[in-house]
Amino acid sequence: PWLARWQRSSGAGIPSRRDALRRDRSALPELPSCRRAAPGWERRTGEEPWDFHWCDVGWLHEHFDHASLPEHVRLCHFRNHYELTRKNYLVKNLKRFRKQLEREAGKLEATKCDFFPKTFEMPLEYHLFVEEFHKNPGTTWIMKPVGRSQGKGIFLFRKLKDIIEWGKVRTTLSPSGEWPTGIFDLFCLPGPDGLSTDDQKDETQVEVYVAQRYIENPYLIGGRKFDLRVYVLVTSYIPLKAWLYRGGFARFSKTRFTLNTIDDHYVHLTNVAVQKTAPDYDPEKGCKWMIQQLRQYLTAKHGAEAVEILFADMDNIFIKSLQSVQKVMISDKHCFELYGYDILIDQDLKPWLIEVNASPSLIASSQEDYELKCHLLKDTLHIVDMEGRLSGKEKRVGGFDLIWSDGPVSREGNLANAFVTGCHNDRKKQLKQLFRSLRAQQKAEC
Amino acid sequence: MVDAEGGLSLTIARVVQRLRGSSLHSQLERQARVSLHKPEVKLESLKEDIRDFLKTSGWEKKLQNAVYSELNVFPSPCHPAAPPEHMKEPLAYMRKAQGSWEKRILKSLNSMCTELNIPLAQKRPASEQKELLNKWNEMGTDEPDLSLFRPVYAPKDFLEVLMNLRNPNYENGEQPSFRNHLGLIQVPLKVKDIPELKEDFSELGLNIGQLGIDDSAQVPPEFFENEHVRVGQKVLAEQDSAAAQQYVRQGCPTALRAELWALILNISNQPEDILYYEQLKSNVIQHNLLVDSLIYKDVKLTASNDDYYFVFEDYLYQVLLCFSRDTSVLEHFAYSSATPPKSYIRGKLGVEEYAVFYPPNGVIPFHGFSMYVAPLCFLYHEPSKLYQMFREMYVRFFFRLHSISSHPSGIVSLCLLFETLLQTHLPQLFYHLREIGAQPLRISFKWMVRAFSGYLATDQLLLLWDRILGYNSLEILAVLAAAVFAFRAVNLMEVTSLAAAEAVLADLSTLKVVPLLQIFLFATVT
Repeated sequence: PWLARWQRSSGAGIPSRRDALRRDRSALPELPSCRRAAPGWERRTGEEPWDFHWCDVGWLHEHFDHASLPEHVRLCHFRNHYELTRKNYLVKNLKRFRKQLEREAGKLEATKCDFFPKTFEMPLEYHLFVEEFHKNPGTTWIMKPVGRSQGKGIFLFRKLKDIIEWGKVRTTLSPSGEWPTGIFDLFCLPGPDGLSTDDQKDETQVEVYVAQRYIENPYLIGGRKFDLRVYVLVTSYIPLKAWLYRGGFARFSKTRFTLNTIDDHYVHLTNVAVQKTAPDYDPEKGCKWMIQQLRQYLTAKHGAEAVEILFADMDNIFIKSLQSVQKVMISDKHCFELYGYDILIDQDLKPWLIEVNASPSLIASSQEDYELKCHLLKDTLHIVDMEGRLSGKEKRVGGFDLIWSDGPVSREGNLANAFVTGCHNDRKKQLKQLFRSLRAQQKAEC
Repeated sequence: MVDAEGGLSLTIARVVQRLRGSSLHSQLERQARVSLHKPEVKLESLKEDIRDFLKTSGWEKKLQNAVYSELNVFPSPCHPAAPPEHMKEPLAYMRKAQGSWEKRILKSLNSMCTELNIPLAQKRPASEQKELLNKWNEMGTDEPDLSLFRPVYAPKDFLEVLMNLRNPNYENGEQPSFRNHLGLIQVPLKVKDIPELKEDFSELGLNIGQLGIDDSAQVPPEFFENEHVRVGQKVLAEQDSAAAQQYVRQGCPTALRAELWALILNISNQPEDILYYEQLKSNVIQHNLLVDSLIYKDVKLTASNDDYYFVFEDYLYQVLLCFSRDTSVLEHFAYSSATPPKSYIRGKLGVEEYAVFYPPNGVIPFHGFSMYVAPLCFLYHEPSKLYQMFREMYVRFFFRLHSISSHPSGIVSLCLLFETLLQTHLPQLFYHLREIGAQPLRISFKWMVRAFSGYLATDQLLLLWDRILGYNSLEILAVLAAAVFAFRAVNLMEVTSLAAAEAVLADLSTLKVVPLLQIFLFATVT
């Protein structure tokens, strides 16, 4: 279906633009109705001119620096998005931002950045990690590769020797018949012929990991662990303009949570991709709750105030994390990015940032999920606004609410004090009203 | 006809009899004795002083709540000379029909038992007991082989029985026409019409604030929501059951719902209640019942496959397995048309001394039974409280949804109410559906039997159950079912088969319950 072309209908009153849309093969194989998400757009392939490119990060890295892009085109990634989305860069940026905040605004303000569990880059910070490790013996740590997604390559450990064991599995015996013992060696990817001699070490690639303090007291529902996927759209970093989507979901682990089974990946990792391979996975059944459900459940259990604080803390996570990369991000006016934030809530109702995804999965696991993702995309396109319909002063477009526009955003009405994740999403109605009033405004101006 | 005086004194006598010897009674006595040490209680005016003390310390309110609860649950006695069957079910033909239905169910259960060669009940070996105790909080991980078990019956089997109900004293030789009833239920029970329902459900009126409508994002909370929450908090502070029941008619705020429902049903989770639950749990550990497998199967088939309730799987086992063994549930058979099935110790068939109720609580679960418990898991997390709330909901309301009786909240009346509302107010739709072989009740029956659990979105379901508790009646289920048909009438008029009609009504998860009810009752031209 995504191979089909479609013609733009001539809409009265909308300025005519050259409308072409190019979709990259690898980026959206899953979304069958691109047509629905962007009515009136035509697909383009090959070297044809285009206005909008939903690209994957690979394409971006290859072409961005060399292409000279016309002013009006839009791309769905920032050049160096990895400052936010690669785990080791994120940790670096957050640590730096926290120090800066402490210097400028004091210790109390800096504690607002304490939403990221203690993390060390490996193998670079191995010794710092060991120091921290020995301070708290018996705690559980999680090792994650920075470059992979969907839960691949992750393992949990409690003893240092587990790292050595794991490293041995990845590498091979040296020609002298010895296992590599240096920490650096453990993280080396095997060379082309499987050996890794001293000579070859310079050319060998090292796979970077992060070791992170594992959250041992996650909030459980029905004995199961879950994490939240929330969507944040950034249309510019300088000045910082960020939108938060009202929909989102909680992804449940298939089995009950226990720390006794560190080897059981399926318990601890809640990414849908990992769950899908669990032996008793039932593809008919979704392991997801919409965020609205979660919000209701928590309100019934803990009361409205506690839940408001939780969602306010989550807003804080989004804003602080974006601020921490604001200065390093190449804020090209052609770029925008839709991030998928993964948040874990612990038993004290404190949210923790697990990671930020630059290419959140758009595969739908159920009808409800499909609708959420379709609407998410549609509203993203509304905000990117290639048709030039918005005035730029909107605080709400469809299911998105503006949460930061070079400063905090004030809200009117009964959402003034509410934090919108999980609130009622009447996006259709809102869009209708918005576009009607915009058209009226335009007519008045003509 | 008993005069009002006589009726009242009978009721009082009954309530006193039920409360006498209860734990509340002994607590009140203890409190009265404690009050003797208080300076304000004087010997000269002992009676009044103790009464005042009980009032100010909140104990009178507790007694009031207990009395209110009794009045809600037990129907008023019809006549001092009436035999006990009349409290169960006054109409003889209904009693007979219920009796034969029960025989059928029991026969089905017994034959499954013989076929599979599994005893109805069996003591567990010590190793199995230990294992079960360890796994108590995650029984859902068990994957027993349930392929040979089948549910004892499904709602559609029950519907067939109801369709064949006839009053032998009623001659209805005429062909079905618009002058009489076109639906599946052909018994002449009295059901309410819209003007009567409007009066009964007056708090759902258009000019009265409701949760489910007036708390939406568009409406500023100062108009209704804030004040309603304040009133709710006050009701909880007063601990008044009757006030709570009145309050929830306009819907419960999410944060207050759990406490309000517990107040209405007079559940306080006292230490003796927790102890009782633990006792039931140990019964589960020690003995294995055949119905346990039926429960497992039901949970796996229904709740575990639900997108929202699957998370609560373990709680469902913890509640339902204990429920089967709870003999206090047998008390509700005094006012239910049903009678608990009896079984005999092996080899002693027919010998009364060796008769036991099977299962111990007298309730044989059917397909979808676990869905009565699932929504409560959203509100109650402590197992013994969840258990008590479910038990009370069952003995007050849910039992009426699968027994044959003439009670206005019984399933027969609900079906008839639904069909009558539809035929009276949407005659064209009713006739059309009937013509294409899609009798509306065939589609709506399963909704009503399950009290809409699993069909509506959870927040909407809880708003609906607010009203069940508030009005102490299940009639709202029939009204909602009719309102759903009215809402989708345009689409339904275009279908040409039962399957197509089912498809139009397959997904109710986007419906908003309260506006539907309001429109149907108060905004439809009658």
